[in-house]
Amino acid sequence: MIRRLREVSNDVLLYVGGLSDLTIQTVQQTFRRPFPVQLLMTQFDQIGVRSLSIVAITSLFIGMVLALQTAYSLADFGGKLFIGKVVSLSLVRELAPVLMSLMVGGRVGAGMTAEIGTMKVTEQIDALRALATNPVRKLVVPKVLATTIMLPLLTVLACALGIIGGLIIAVAQLNLSANFYLRSVITTLHYNDLASGIGKTFFFGFVLALIACYNGLNTSGGADGVGRATTSTVVTASISILIMDFFLTKLFMMLA
Amino acid sequence: MTSEITETDRRAWPRESTDRRRQQRDVFVEFQGVHKSYGKKHVLRGVDLQVFRGEVLVILGGSGTGKSVTLRHMLGLEAPDEGRVHVENEDITDLPEEELYRVRKKFGMLFQSGALFDSMNVLDNVAYPLKEHTKMSPEERVQIVGEKLELVSLPGTEQLMPVDLSGGMRKRVGLARAVVLEPQVILYDEPTTGLDPITAQKINELIVSLQTKLNVTSVVVTHDIQSAFTVGDRIAFLNEGVFEWVGTMDEARRSRNELLRDFLQASAVASAQPIDE
Repeated sequence: MIRRLREVSNDVLLYVGGLSDLTIQTVQQTFRRPFPVQLLMTQFDQIGVRSLSIVAITSLFIGMVLALQTAYSLADFGGKLFIGKVVSLSLVRELAPVLMSLMVGGRVGAGMTAEIGTMKVTEQIDALRALATNPVRKLVVPKVLATTIMLPLLTVLACALGIIGGLIIAVAQLNLSANFYLRSVITTLHYNDLASGIGKTFFFGFVLALIACYNGLNTSGGADGVGRATTSTVVTASISILIMDFFLTKLFMMLA
Repeated sequence: MTSEITETDRRAWPRESTDRRRQQRDVFVEFQGVHKSYGKKHVLRGVDLQVFRGEVLVILGGSGTGKSVTLRHMLGLEAPDEGRVHVENEDITDLPEEELYRVRKKFGMLFQSGALFDSMNVLDNVAYPLKEHTKMSPEERVQIVGEKLELVSLPGTEQLMPVDLSGGMRKRVGLARAVVLEPQVILYDEPTTGLDPITAQKINELIVSLQTKLNVTSVVVTHDIQSAFTVGDRIAFLNEGVFEWVGTMDEARRSRNELLRDFLQASAVASAQPIDE
């Protein structure tokens, strides 16, 4: 039992140590010139543009479900009137940042690990090093930067579409006026709500991409290894996002 | 065809190379007591080796004996747990990754699988080192890539993707990429493994042809005895993490070392290489 515990704690420490080392290398390589602009643009497309559909569909329906649930559960207290407040606040402060990070993390994080992991097991990472180029600079920096920048932008979009989803239900099913709903949203939301919600996603994006790249770079054992690394990325990134969410929420509350 | 070599070339080249080696015996790469372990597996157990400038050294040995690991130490892709590695009299053992890039530019490496970048076509794969390390214009890069593809007998394949290439073609494109910066040393990791005999022979001829044309030092890791005797000047026989025997091809044929003889005779059954009884 103690032996097993020691093995697990060793593995965790090695993982955290490796991740910290990759973080330092990534930051160092980010400031090296010339900056890999072309690679960054490609990642903006892959991480941002290609996530648009999943973000749009998810956030629209989350907003609609949230409006329905609020109206249903708060019916006895005249909940219909608070739909704008509840939908906008819960979306902007919590649901959109966390759910979008989990959705994009699942899609993008798994893709990154699979891509880098496959390169690792087919010796392409070694080829990069043998050709005197830095894999962190070529592969990790563009992915981490693009995720850190695109995830907040996708979250802003998710907030807007989620609020529109709530509007659809408010108008079509609950017979509220669009004007009333939108006025309620505008008067409810403050800058610190946006700062708290969107601010968290910079951290989520950074950590998510780092975990995905780290798992990819440490893949071994062929196709099976790539599969395991990909699964590990989704699990580790999801848990990390949820744990970080708590502490970042506390932090932003203190700062506010 | 650029990969074709005449019989005269084939006979003359090893003699010239041996003469040159005798004249200068200039050590390019040197291993001193190198140990390497992966977890509990002790792969290299005190490797001592010298690679002379201008020669073709074949590292021969069974599967899992540490041949590829030895090759990776030459490039600094792996760091030894113990012992030193020198390249052109410079100790590279403790060099940081960024410093190693300068050393790695002296080498070109053909990986076992070719290790072509999946997302790039043949042109971009071969041009990659030029793009990273030279200030050539795109037009100049295209011209150089064309020349190198001609050298490996694959002209006109620039627009193909790695997925469209056969195993032999992948290795030849990998070789074109390895030589595009005109390195001083070419490292071949199992160049004929997984290929049919005819394609394997073409790769062997290509190695000899490149050696003649580019005047480089080559280190070939293989367990293919046919390939070893076709391309090599010297053999270094690796067994259980140490070089059991090192010598010329003729000395290898006459060697009384039991392990080497067993290995050569077992391989000779398949490849019909003459081994003295």
